[in-house]
Amino acid sequence: METVVFALLNGLIYGLLLFMLSSGLTLIFSMMGVLNMAHASFYMLGAYFAFTLGQHTGFWFALFLAPICVGAAGACVEKWGLRKVHARGHVAELLFTFGLAYVIEELVKIIWGKFAVAYEIPPELNYSLFELFGSQYPAYRIFMLAVSIAMLAGLWYLLKRTRVGLIIQASLTHPHMVSHLGHNVPRIFMLVFAAGCALAGLAGVIGGNYLVTEPSMAFSIGPIVFVVVVVGGMGSLEGAFIASLLIGFLQTFAISIDSNFAEIFSFAGLSADGDIGRITIASLAPMLPFLLLVLMLMLRPRGLMGEREF
Amino acid sequence: MTDYSLDRVPDLAPSARYKFATRVLPLLLLALILLSIPLFEPSRTWLSLFNAIGINMVFALSYNMLLGQAGMLSFGHAVYFGLGGYAAMHGMNAIENASYDGGIWAAFPMFALPLVGFAGGALAGAVIGWPSCRRAGVPFAMISLGIAELVAAAGFMFISVFGGEEGITGDRMNGVELFGLSLGPLGEVYWFIAFWTFLGVALMYAFTRTPLGKLAQAVRDNPERVQFVGYNPNRVRYLVFIAAGGFAGLAGGMSAVSYEIFTPESLSVIPSGLVLLMAFIGGARYFAGPILGAVVLTYMQSNLSDYSEAWLLYLGLLFIGMILFAPGGLAGLLLSGTTALRQSLSGKGLVRAGAFAISALLSAAGVIVLVELAVRHSNGFGEAFEPFGFHLAPDQMMPWTVGLVLAGVGMGSLKVLSKQGGMGS
Repeated sequence: METVVFALLNGLIYGLLLFMLSSGLTLIFSMMGVLNMAHASFYMLGAYFAFTLGQHTGFWFALFLAPICVGAAGACVEKWGLRKVHARGHVAELLFTFGLAYVIEELVKIIWGKFAVAYEIPPELNYSLFELFGSQYPAYRIFMLAVSIAMLAGLWYLLKRTRVGLIIQASLTHPHMVSHLGHNVPRIFMLVFAAGCALAGLAGVIGGNYLVTEPSMAFSIGPIVFVVVVVGGMGSLEGAFIASLLIGFLQTFAISIDSNFAEIFSFAGLSADGDIGRITIASLAPMLPFLLLVLMLMLRPRGLMGEREF
Repeated sequence: MTDYSLDRVPDLAPSARYKFATRVLPLLLLALILLSIPLFEPSRTWLSLFNAIGINMVFALSYNMLLGQAGMLSFGHAVYFGLGGYAAMHGMNAIENASYDGGIWAAFPMFALPLVGFAGGALAGAVIGWPSCRRAGVPFAMISLGIAELVAAAGFMFISVFGGEEGITGDRMNGVELFGLSLGPLGEVYWFIAFWTFLGVALMYAFTRTPLGKLAQAVRDNPERVQFVGYNPNRVRYLVFIAAGGFAGLAGGMSAVSYEIFTPESLSVIPSGLVLLMAFIGGARYFAGPILGAVVLTYMQSNLSDYSEAWLLYLGLLFIGMILFAPGGLAGLLLSGTTALRQSLSGKGLVRAGAFAISALLSAAGVIVLVELAVRHSNGFGEAFEPFGFHLAPDQMMPWTVGLVLAGVGMGSLKVLSKQGGMGS
């Protein structure tokens, strides 16, 4: 029982963190048709910016400033990089962002060093909020939950209830029509790219001290964010939301299960001496998203909620 | 009278001389280079560098069968390199065991192990390609990424096959000797690598001339039209995928014999990314591009990493620069440079080309100064960057301004020059 409750809570937080990353990526992906390989690098930049800014201004200012800086960096990348490659097709764009991910990681290594930095949870939030089955539950996780939900609500309101959201939604599917109506579509693209990067940066600010802030953090979470976007379906924020939670729960539950194949399939005569019998469910956890990705692309290429194949 | 019309039709087929010059001569040149390298009596470091270059050449060319020829962007090509290499590694151990106990493997020469690698890579390509080649473009790229992650994770899990973290090792000095090579000393390994490099390059070049190779290019450029002509693009992709997997496995087999060790690391996404960089920086649109890329990147990997900690950053910047300004890669730059020179050997053209080269060098120098200063600053050992006898200390303002000015002037003049009329693009 208590494993289930803890796995549910942690899975929810991890899933919402994934959604914060993947919501921006989904918007960018469905608008420009490019999977931004460097999206997780902006997440990493968010964490590092918050670390450095936090030393001068404190965590609470950094919480707002860092995503804005990341968004500005994203806007520059779109304006001076991605837009130039756009004419040469999606493969060139994919390659560009792939190279960008390399460059950002190396820059981070030069600026902040090769090892993890001491980006820590602010002392105001470093206490246990409540006790559950005899274990303390940290307040910071609930804070992450709150930020994620606030972001979710804000995004939903912006996209569905405001004029800006209407124009963005229209340029997702009918960019030519929108530009005929007199809107500057390249600028909308740039703003969406910047906003997506800023969201990734926000995820970095609140995720960097929850997980760990190191140069390889982008590389470890990046592929999982793709999985979320592909599984969720192109252009579908709802799909990305469901897929984020699904993968969040899947991974946290798998990690909390401590049995191996030999115990589960003992009825089939599997012994714990062989390679297959020795595999534990917990060790499978990092593989599960990719299994899901491959299966999804084979069986249902448009994803859970996608309107079109990509 | 009846033959009249035929006489008027110009002969559009390439002349025998042209065919020889474009199809046979480059391969002869490669053979000549490979044969003449030992004449210079290279040191051990150079020999091992040449061996690494040979392996990477075959690997990068096999990758380009996908990217350049069939237009399939894969993020998991090292899977086939690694699986082929593991097949060869197990073959090597089987030969060693058979040399004591006897068996079929006792008759198998160590020299031919890359064939086992080829078979392993092609088999893996046939199995994995079946589901993944049904889609092209971004979905294919994503599937290849997912499969690469899965296979790499499985590599660490199945210890009896992949040997866990430390991998599996072997001994290449066993079995039947071919061509009188015991494969013991590095010089003999060089001949082994040279033989397979030449064979791999020649075969992959021959592949581009086959109907399948031509169809692959058609699928890359316009899959719909290929369908109208009556071919199934997915089938073409699948067949090319198997061939590419096979040649990657060949490279894996070469690597297995050369290094006598294979670890699950070699299956992962990192070597897959490196081979992508090689093929693209060299020039994916040209057959010779990946060869160039393999030479340059392998050299950078082994030598530049001694000079600078930031060599991966330079690699990434080079890659991004290529995507933005020279999508034809190094091969494209060379080709457009030589044609421009041949067409207009006028003073003006030369001045323009010179100005381009100088401003590119200036901006590169500026970026390098800035990066090296930043590296030394962040290390905090108080070390100075000392290129060509200059003393650039990161705690002074002067070196930073020098770097900024160099980069600014270089990039600015590049921009002005490219506005006056494109070159190299």
